Amino acid sequence: MSADAHHVAAAGHGHHDAHSEGGHGSFQSYMTGFVLSVILTVIPFWLVMGNVLDNSLVTTLVILALGGVQMVVHIIYFLHMSTKSEGGWTFLSLIFTITLVVIMLAGSVWVMYHLNHNMMPMDAHDVMNNAR
Amino acid sequence: MFANLDLQQLLFGRFTIEQIPYHEPILQGTFAGVAVVGLTVLGVITYYRFWGPMWRDWITSIDHKKIGIMYCIFAAVMLLRGFADAILMRSQQAVAFGDQQGFLPPHHYDQIFTAHGMIMIFFVAMPFVTGLMNFAVPLQIGARDVAFPFLNNFSFWMTVAGGMLVMVSLFVGEFSRATWLAYPPLSEASMSPGVGVDYYIWALQIAGIGTLLSGINLIATIVKMRAPGMTMMKLPIFVWSSLCTNILIVAAFPILTAVLAMLSLDRYVGTHFFTNDLGGNAMLYFNLIWIWGHPEVYILILPAFGVFSEITSTFCGKRLFGYTSMVYALVVITILAYLVWLHHFFTMGSGADVNSFFGITTMIISIPTGAKIFNWMFTMYRGRIRFEVPMLWVVAFIVTFVIGGMTGVLLAVPPADFVLHNSLFLIAHFHNVIIGGVLFGMFAGVTFWFPKAFGFKLDEFWGKVALVFWVTGFYVAFMPLYVLGLMGVTRRMQHFDDPSLQIWFVIAAIGAALIACGIASQIVMFVVSIRNRDKLRDLTGDPWGGRTLEWSTSSPPPDYNFAFTPVVHDSDAWWDMKNRGFARPMTGYKPIHMPKNTATGAILAGLNFAFGIAMIWYVWWLAAFSFLAIFVVAIAHTFNYKRDYYIPADTVSRTEGQRTRELEMA
Amino acid sequence: MMHADTAPPGAAAPVFYQTDEEGHHSEGSTMLGFWLYLMSDCLIFATLFATYGVLGRSYAAGPTPKELFDLPGIAVNTAMLLFSSITYGFAMLEMDRDRIKQTQIWLAVTGLFGAAFVALEIREFVHLFHEGAPPWRSAFLSSFYTLVSTHGLHVSMGILWLIVLMVQVGKHGLIVENKRRLMCLSLFWHFLDLIWIGVFTVVYLIGVLE
Repeated sequence: MSADAHHVAAAGHGHHDAHSEGGHGSFQSYMTGFVLSVILTVIPFWLVMGNVLDNSLVTTLVILALGGVQMVVHIIYFLHMSTKSEGGWTFLSLIFTITLVVIMLAGSVWVMYHLNHNMMPMDAHDVMNNAR
Repeated sequence: MFANLDLQQLLFGRFTIEQIPYHEPILQGTFAGVAVVGLTVLGVITYYRFWGPMWRDWITSIDHKKIGIMYCIFAAVMLLRGFADAILMRSQQAVAFGDQQGFLPPHHYDQIFTAHGMIMIFFVAMPFVTGLMNFAVPLQIGARDVAFPFLNNFSFWMTVAGGMLVMVSLFVGEFSRATWLAYPPLSEASMSPGVGVDYYIWALQIAGIGTLLSGINLIATIVKMRAPGMTMMKLPIFVWSSLCTNILIVAAFPILTAVLAMLSLDRYVGTHFFTNDLGGNAMLYFNLIWIWGHPEVYILILPAFGVFSEITSTFCGKRLFGYTSMVYALVVITILAYLVWLHHFFTMGSGADVNSFFGITTMIISIPTGAKIFNWMFTMYRGRIRFEVPMLWVVAFIVTFVIGGMTGVLLAVPPADFVLHNSLFLIAHFHNVIIGGVLFGMFAGVTFWFPKAFGFKLDEFWGKVALVFWVTGFYVAFMPLYVLGLMGVTRRMQHFDDPSLQIWFVIAAIGAALIACGIASQIVMFVVSIRNRDKLRDLTGDPWGGRTLEWSTSSPPPDYNFAFTPVVHDSDAWWDMKNRGFARPMTGYKPIHMPKNTATGAILAGLNFAFGIAMIWYVWWLAAFSFLAIFVVAIAHTFNYKRDYYIPADTVSRTEGQRTRELEMA
Repeated sequence: MMHADTAPPGAAAPVFYQTDEEGHHSEGSTMLGFWLYLMSDCLIFATLFATYGVLGRSYAAGPTPKELFDLPGIAVNTAMLLFSSITYGFAMLEMDRDRIKQTQIWLAVTGLFGAAFVALEIREFVHLFHEGAPPWRSAFLSSFYTLVSTHGLHVSMGILWLIVLMVQVGKHGLIVENKRRLMCLSLFWHFLDLIWIGVFTVVYLIGVLE
């Protein structure tokens, strides 16, 4: 990988090809990512600290969704992920990893829920429930 | 010894002289044997003045070929240790009935089966597989080395450091008695307070770093360093299987690292991940470790599949049948490997819904493997089959592995598994696929690539003798275990009350003895081959009529592998070159850019070994010192920017001239 | 271009060797290799998240997230890390312009934000200890401390790496090798901010709900 010595005239911000070798981004893209991240951080904190939506399940889903969106923002604007870098291999490995992470998380929670339900010691509460 | 006991603890942690088991006769004998062999080896090295070359050309080498060879030698040595454990177990189980307690009390027997499993998987099968991939992949893709040669060296020595920790446990302290997966709560501090489980944990954590880095290394190599023209669908099939294996490694070993780290935290700090109290959940350990464990077994078998593909097409003189479906099968297996893990604990109580899902996925994953078996057989069909030793291993594999695979599909049915889980049927199944698949594949691969690595073939007669002993020995040793398992006999038993079972165990012990003869024959094979190496010499570099690029080089290849990078037009690139009249360039050699050897890998691994010992024995000053030293050495290494050199064009010219002369002599 | 199978007999043999090359250098593989390492790190965190997901409500009659977590403090922590991400981005922009001094300044600022993050986290842990909530009190706390401090350790390693790189850039300038290393650290740094999104969402925010 050769070092591209970009000698750009000193202007307010240098515009580089966002998808150059290694994908270095630009001032614009970093600021966009930053602003989006701030918004996507402030909203979840506000929702929880201010107890805005009375429903904790809905709140959970909303902040999970916003967290997911912020991760995508980071991946695009900070990590400069593109489907082209390294001939598509970085993108492919990311998709593969995400798939495995989803399988691990969902699978573990599902399996452990069933194992706990069937196999862990009962307390009085469960005995009452089961003795319907 | 010390008047102030605290000073002794400060200096030596929980180590005391009593931790050395000098009262146990078996260990006395073992130590004597190890001492004799060890001193002989040291003596031979000194006699042949090999210390200097050993350090300069092997220990500090970043050459993938040398590292691959060292991995295989390490694996072979550890095979002897793991097999010794097996012989002890078979002997004990053949005699310990009723009043006869045998010669191994439970305390010792439990360490033996733990060590046997752990060594065979992590320090025999994995290094063998890694060694073959390291040796062959860069040659097959027309590259000069792997993507990260220094990391390669480091990975190897970390694996050795882990293995050494296990070996040290023989004579200092004791080993884990908690099975090869260290299940809690047995592996927790409350039930295993001694050093055993800690030896196990640190050996695996250290070796695991090496394995993970090796995985990253080989993926980057295959993706980035292929010769021009070698598109993905023109890759040798062994390279495809290596790619999928290393993807599995990178995607699975971090899970093992994290789980063992949590177990260590439970043991060292008193956390409650897997304890019985304060919210811990031992079942979580089973769940997480088998999410690693199932991909692990595919890590072991996929390279063997790759070896069998290469050997089958070479020795049948035919292009591999169904190359595309072979590739798809590998990729599908890689993905599905992460969807079956619960079949290792059907009986733990997750219920019918969960068990059904995983039972079905387990049955599905047998399909791509089955497709591969058919493709191998279709490659053989109407081929000009040469039944040389590598091909004989292929035939043994096909028969043996299919039996093992079928018992696996049987176990995939949850109601059947409820009867057979943790019985000897399970033991027979996984030995069936690991020995019949992985080990036979490694033997085949070693025989196949040995001439490339060393310049002479292995003795064919002793190769066949070894094969006959191994194959018959395997069946005699493990078929009785299927019978015993169906009769309800549980695994990991040191003693039995029912005398009617004994005959089966005796037959199994005879099988183990036959395998011992197989191993002895292999040792004889190496000795005879080395003695007769001039008669067995390979001057062409292509003793088998090979199809892939490694056979275009001399045997052994020069340090730089290829004077000129090959250009690839078709799969089976070397076969294509031979058929279309390639001309080996004789002039115009250029200086070749190569990485330098380095001692840093071995030094870092040594420091990691010291750190492991310190953590096991609670020698905190040594732990802190070695931990710090690791950082200092690693960071200092990064300040060295001059890690490469050029092989002058003259040297290349001379080496290639030598090759030309050898080809004329052939 | 040569077509693989249809060269007629007697035709000139196709080119099988590259005689005028600058061969494949391992340097070209570094970014991919480091990305693959990050993917493996992803799986370590996934394991820890799965553990937290399973054990995160096992309070063992001990302290609960609602009682322990100081969300405003976590918001400050999050801001520190996010700022450090943007300042590292600025460092990379200056690196692209080969401006050593400016690169070093932004790197130093990044390091300071990172150090603030780690310091605040340590302060939080000390506070939790004093509240009777050490890691061995319950499975929830064990998994909490392990997940959060694994992330914190990674940040600390990143700061150490950053210092080493600043020394190396000071010594050798923005040579190719150093730029490559800075790009790897960039991936590492942003990756850690990404993981932190998961941590503050799943551990802290969802933790105090219910």
